Amino acid sequence: MSVIQLAGIERVFHLGDSVVHALSRLDVAIDAGEYVAIMGPSGSGKSTLLNLLGLLDRPDAGSYRLEGRDVTTLSPDEQAAVRSRRIGFVFQSFHLVPRLTAAENVALPMMLAGIPVAERAQRVAQALKDFGLDQRADHRPDQLSGGQRQRVAIARATIMQPAVLLADEPTGNLDRATGDDVIHLLEALNERGMTLIIVTHDPKIGTRARRQLMMEDGELRQDSASTRLRQLDDNPPGPLSGKGGDGESPAAPAPDKPSAGAA
Amino acid sequence: MRNADVLRFARDAAAGYPLRTSLSVLAMAIGVAAVVVLTALGDGARRYVVEQFSSLGSNLVIVLPGRSATGGFSPANAMTTTPRDLTVDDAAALSRLPSVRRVAPLTAGTSEINANGRLRETLVAGTASTYLDIRGFKMAQGSFLPEADWNRGAPVAVIGAKIQEEIFAGKPAVGELIRLGDRRLRIVGVLKSTGQGLGMNTDELVFVPVGIAQGMFNTNTLFRVLIEAKSRDQIEAVKREVAAILKARHGGEEDITVITQDAVLATFDKLLRALTAAVAGIAAISLAVAGILVMNVMLVAVTQRTSEIGLLKALGARGDTIRDAFMAEAAMLSLVGALTGYGLGLFGAFVLRQMYPVFPAYPPNWAVVAALVTALSTGLLFGIMPARRAARMDPVQALMKH
Ligand SMILES: Nc1ncnc2c1ncn2[C@@H]1O[C@H](COP(=O)(O)OP(=O)(O)O)[C@@H](O)[C@H]1O
Ligand SMILES: [Mg+2]
Repeated sequence: MSVIQLAGIERVFHLGDSVVHALSRLDVAIDAGEYVAIMGPSGSGKSTLLNLLGLLDRPDAGSYRLEGRDVTTLSPDEQAAVRSRRIGFVFQSFHLVPRLTAAENVALPMMLAGIPVAERAQRVAQALKDFGLDQRADHRPDQLSGGQRQRVAIARATIMQPAVLLADEPTGNLDRATGDDVIHLLEALNERGMTLIIVTHDPKIGTRARRQLMMEDGELRQDSASTRLRQLDDNPPGPLSGKGGDGESPAAPAPDKPSAGAA
Repeated sequence: MRNADVLRFARDAAAGYPLRTSLSVLAMAIGVAAVVVLTALGDGARRYVVEQFSSLGSNLVIVLPGRSATGGFSPANAMTTTPRDLTVDDAAALSRLPSVRRVAPLTAGTSEINANGRLRETLVAGTASTYLDIRGFKMAQGSFLPEADWNRGAPVAVIGAKIQEEIFAGKPAVGELIRLGDRRLRIVGVLKSTGQGLGMNTDELVFVPVGIAQGMFNTNTLFRVLIEAKSRDQIEAVKREVAAILKARHGGEEDITVITQDAVLATFDKLLRALTAAVAGIAAISLAVAGILVMNVMLVAVTQRTSEIGLLKALGARGDTIRDAFMAEAAMLSLVGALTGYGLGLFGAFVLRQMYPVFPAYPPNWAVVAALVTALSTGLLFGIMPARRAARMDPVQALMKH
């Protein structure tokens, strides 16, 4: 079942007289447990899409179903509840609260959700241990390295065990090696079943994902999942490749199913 | 978000910006301290006056010669010549009234006291034995003036504590002979120090029988007649009867004024309460100013923490949670400021009392309550706008701010 289903999504910004179509005619479905990279040039609408997926923004048209439920029609408070329980955010600039310690930053979503102090402490301790931060629990963000800060942010994003983890350029403020660590951390979370959606303009990172969404001018130019389908459509399995008959092949098999021709 | 967490979060946020927080706390503190100190001053003045009047004695009715100014101007008044004197016989007549317990005539003048080889100028009060009880004074040594015919009087005197100290330097004075003007008098008693008394300080007085004083000053008139009513309820009756009897005795002229301690007291009390309230009102303006400062501080806080607000929303905070957190912060600034100001104000009042021990500079309860409530409510009121602004912030825009 699709955890995310977007249909006919439009997002328009009005800047004075000019109109910017940040997203147009967007139809995407993402399954539970997928690892998706959203790529494309600057200004192509990647962040707008991610904000929409995270319910921080509302589309001007179209529908968004999260875990089968239409979330565009929810009230702001209901949306906040969905953000609290089902969505985790990781930002390029970490967005840690500077006056709070690492442990307090990680506990923040649970505090907002009204989880009792004792349970919070126990879950934070576990999370800090899992992310190799147990020695840093009482450090404030300015006492942490960039990589540690992003790990705190990831611990915070996942502490409520969300269904979807959204990361907007999570390595943008990190050097290569630390960035790779962070990506590995996110991938490990994905391997344990969390749906992972990363916005990046770094092809090296983007290609690691099992599926890439290529954005351009607010439109989805390419979806590696359907591309593979289309490629299969265009080159149906079989010896007769020259004929290129449309509609000849039956419904395409799943992309990871080895085809007869490739065998 | 749990209430305890909202409070803790707000507290940490306030503590995270010490300069801003201490400035608004200070402003609020100054406002509250101003109210507390100024009302302590105003109410201290009121209490001082009330105490002074109370020391005149209880159930006191005072008769003085002449119409009071409040009697108004009338052609009849203008036609009369000088008012008729208030005499010892008048006073004696008053003492026969049923509602009257005691009457003391009072005449006054200055003279020289010469005793123990020392000489000084002094106020002389001519009165009677009843005076002691009417005023509620106590004797330090000996006894007060003996009961006697008011028109004659024995050659005796009672002196105030300060006179005793200055002339007899602490030695017992009872039985000593003094010279007062051209009279030789024997001291029969020394009054206990009272240290107060409106107008005259009794510690510096020499009391002699009213007949002696009138002889000394060559007069028949009384300066005052002090009357003690039988009870508080009788005060009005005394006033009426005194006015009636003296009118009759003075050939139908209303040429005396009867005042009661209660009336004077009530007037002063009202006046000084109004003054205190006015002063409190002026000081409260500083509280409103402090409230506006808190609002500005909170607006700065909202602007400064815009990206934090965006983050909280991304993490699932509802609008009203964010509003509550900022309101709680504004309330804390006001509360801490108000309590600090209360402490400062009490300390200020304490310093005032140390500097002027006779002055009971205690802030009235109503002023303290009003100051604290005003501080809190202005803080909250002015906190609403910034908190709402924070709650309504668009999360995407907020997150982009740094
Ligand atoms: N709040 C906004 N107001 C006006 N235009 C916006 C706003 N947010 C985004 N845009 C515009 O929408 C387009 C897509 O922006 P964005 O999603 O941030 O791109 P990306 O993340 O791919 O760089 C850009 O042209 C940008 O200028
Ligand atoms: Mg972007």
